Amino acid sequence: MNFCRTESLIDTVTHYCPGCGHGIIHRLVAEVLDELGVREKTIATAPVGCAVLFYNYMKCDIIECAHGRSPAVATAIKRLLPENVVFTYQGDGDLAAIGMAETIHAANRGENITVIFVNNAIYGMTGGQMAPTTLLGQMSTTTEAGRGNNQEGPPIKVCELLSMLDGVTYLERVAVNDAKNVIKTKKAIRKGFLNQIEGRGFSMVEVLSMCPTDWKVSPLKAAEFVNIDMKSVFPLGVYKDEDGQ
Amino acid sequence: MSKVSKKVLLKGNEVMVEAALSAGCRFFAGYPITPQNEVPECMSRRMPEVGGVFVQAESEVAAINMIFGASATGTRCMTSSSSPGISLKQEGISYIAAGELPCVIANVQRGGPGLGNIRASQGDYFQAVKGGGHGDYKLIVLAPSTLPELYELTQNAFDYSDYYRNPVMILGDGILGQMAEPVELKEYKPIVTLPEKDWILDGCEGRDPRVIKTLYLYPSDSLAVHNAHLKKKYEQIASELELFEEYKTEDCELVIAAYGMTARIAKAAIRLARDKGMKVGLLRPISLWPLANSAFMRLAETAKKFLVVEMSNGQFIEDVRLATECSVPVEFFGYGGGWYPTPENILERIEKVYTL
Amino acid sequence: MASKQAKIVIAGFGGQGIVLAGNIIARACVKEDKHVAGMVSYGAEMRGGTANATVIVSDEEIASPFVEKPNMAIILNQPSLDKFEDRIVSGGLVVVNSTLVMRDVVRKDIEVVKVDALEIAKWLGNARVANVVALGAFISKTGILKMESIASAIEDLFARKKAALIAINKKALQEGMKVASRLES
Repeated sequence: MNFCRTESLIDTVTHYCPGCGHGIIHRLVAEVLDELGVREKTIATAPVGCAVLFYNYMKCDIIECAHGRSPAVATAIKRLLPENVVFTYQGDGDLAAIGMAETIHAANRGENITVIFVNNAIYGMTGGQMAPTTLLGQMSTTTEAGRGNNQEGPPIKVCELLSMLDGVTYLERVAVNDAKNVIKTKKAIRKGFLNQIEGRGFSMVEVLSMCPTDWKVSPLKAAEFVNIDMKSVFPLGVYKDEDGQ
Repeated sequence: MSKVSKKVLLKGNEVMVEAALSAGCRFFAGYPITPQNEVPECMSRRMPEVGGVFVQAESEVAAINMIFGASATGTRCMTSSSSPGISLKQEGISYIAAGELPCVIANVQRGGPGLGNIRASQGDYFQAVKGGGHGDYKLIVLAPSTLPELYELTQNAFDYSDYYRNPVMILGDGILGQMAEPVELKEYKPIVTLPEKDWILDGCEGRDPRVIKTLYLYPSDSLAVHNAHLKKKYEQIASELELFEEYKTEDCELVIAAYGMTARIAKAAIRLARDKGMKVGLLRPISLWPLANSAFMRLAETAKKFLVVEMSNGQFIEDVRLATECSVPVEFFGYGGGWYPTPENILERIEKVYTL
Repeated sequence: MASKQAKIVIAGFGGQGIVLAGNIIARACVKEDKHVAGMVSYGAEMRGGTANATVIVSDEEIASPFVEKPNMAIILNQPSLDKFEDRIVSGGLVVVNSTLVMRDVVRKDIEVVKVDALEIAKWLGNARVANVVALGAFISKTGILKMESIASAIEDLFARKKAALIAINKKALQEGMKVASRLES
């Protein structure tokens, strides 16, 4: 086995915190682009959130979008350049709070794009506020008594929600808390991109990821939190697969 | 057999569509709102005929962000809306201006604030010419007053937009959008030499990856430098683009300053005033930003007074005062909330201020 | 200048073909290379109730596209007469659809042309062409446009989707003309 540098990643130091899942997920996306040989055909969107500097790490054309608007931006790009590969990379605030309308409608239109949705149950970039996916009882800087005690409502389950839409092709929830799950995540991402290349329509891969800094725990504890707490609220698995495999 | 005319009868909203398509616009995203509904309706029908893409977006917010994406591919693109919808687009417009992406945005203004009404208005003047969204940026703002002019300016808007890499707004109103007038659908000819789009995103095959972004976090790619670059561009536009029309100003003592539909109505009032022996003329800015300051200053030196007529509580008048450096009295005639003037009531106001 | 302009209002309830009648006049103007500016009521204005269209026909450039005080009117129902009677300028002309307008025009300083437009349309076999019957009388009375231009505009407008309706609309136009000329004699 030959381990070499991923062509689709830029050789640089990232701004991500120790134990953060973004680095892993970037790497997986990059590996998939390499393996499919589509890096030079790819146009990605960068979100607002921790991954806003996505373009500093990925070696492909990238457009940085306003908060939550990536699916709308990607819609236009893919419609105009159907031969290119277009994907959005979004966090939970971007995709499931401010950009929920864009998410639902791009999904329902069946836009032939791939969405990489990183769910770490917190607003990282702004310093640990409640996200739409923050767990009940989970503390954040805007829910100091734990989510749910001041009418915040329960976390939004995006895969479950989008699975109701007839226009959607593929939805899978995965995690990057351990090696086994990382491998499964890569498989899901690969499928998400293959769907697009084969013209099958809207694919979203939701990746449960760690944020030790804003969860205020060690990286090891953060991986445990994903494994036990997050997975019990956000069960892993395929939520929709129009090809039925 | 009837005489063959090259002109066709179209509504203003339809005129914009034909002009845009003739100029090579191949992407439109929009959302229904009165009084601009004929734009998306007509686009949905016509865009596929020319091989372009039409998307009815889920909101004006999504529509303007689709424009952000479409423009990034180098495609000529357009969105339209009316006042409340244009407010929703402001976030995206700021990003488009920051990212220096060309596009055309039409505002078929209606009465405001809030939901207002669906009658014509010029209440979005400040929003259009002063920025509207956050941050230091400028839109090129064009204000047609007839449908043939709307056709021509919509075509030109795409050129200005590509040439300066800046969004251009067509600032119309409910009357302009809804009225029908014969228009000759002239073939599109670029009015400038269009620069090569060497910044577009289409996949990085054979070149380095490109990034379109509006975040400048670090001193290494300073936001101050980006802003200085934008400022320089805006100064260049201001020095090169001053569109205006003068009507009977050679000897005039009273200058009516008005734009768009109001200017058109004012022309009728000026004819009535001239019939009564009053020396009244019209200065009609066609580009609202940049504003033809020199024309205002020149007329301020010879005329005794200005009268601003606008369908608002008084917005354009502030720029007239600035442009004339308050060297002459500037009178005002206008109301907000979906009011429009008639030639007769402008005449009445002319008679009142002319002798004072 | 003003005297050369025909400032027309066409009013009735939604579904009477108000916009269509305005459109026919405006398109006929284009054929004759006249200046024309048309406006129709839109949006919530045209939901449930009266609708109106205005058309200015002129040999010169039209400054204001608005018709505040029409000098010609085609009135297809009574609420529209109530609304517009006072606005018509002295010496103006109004064509009234007398099938639906039960009262007389009160003004004595305007010319009134009563046309049993809806009855005639029904007799022709399609109640919906009442607007064109009234239009025929109107054009015949005012002479602002050639009847051929109007007929040709009708052809253009119906050609795309409703070509079958061209014949009956032309017939309606003729009947309207006949009524007006009968009134004259």
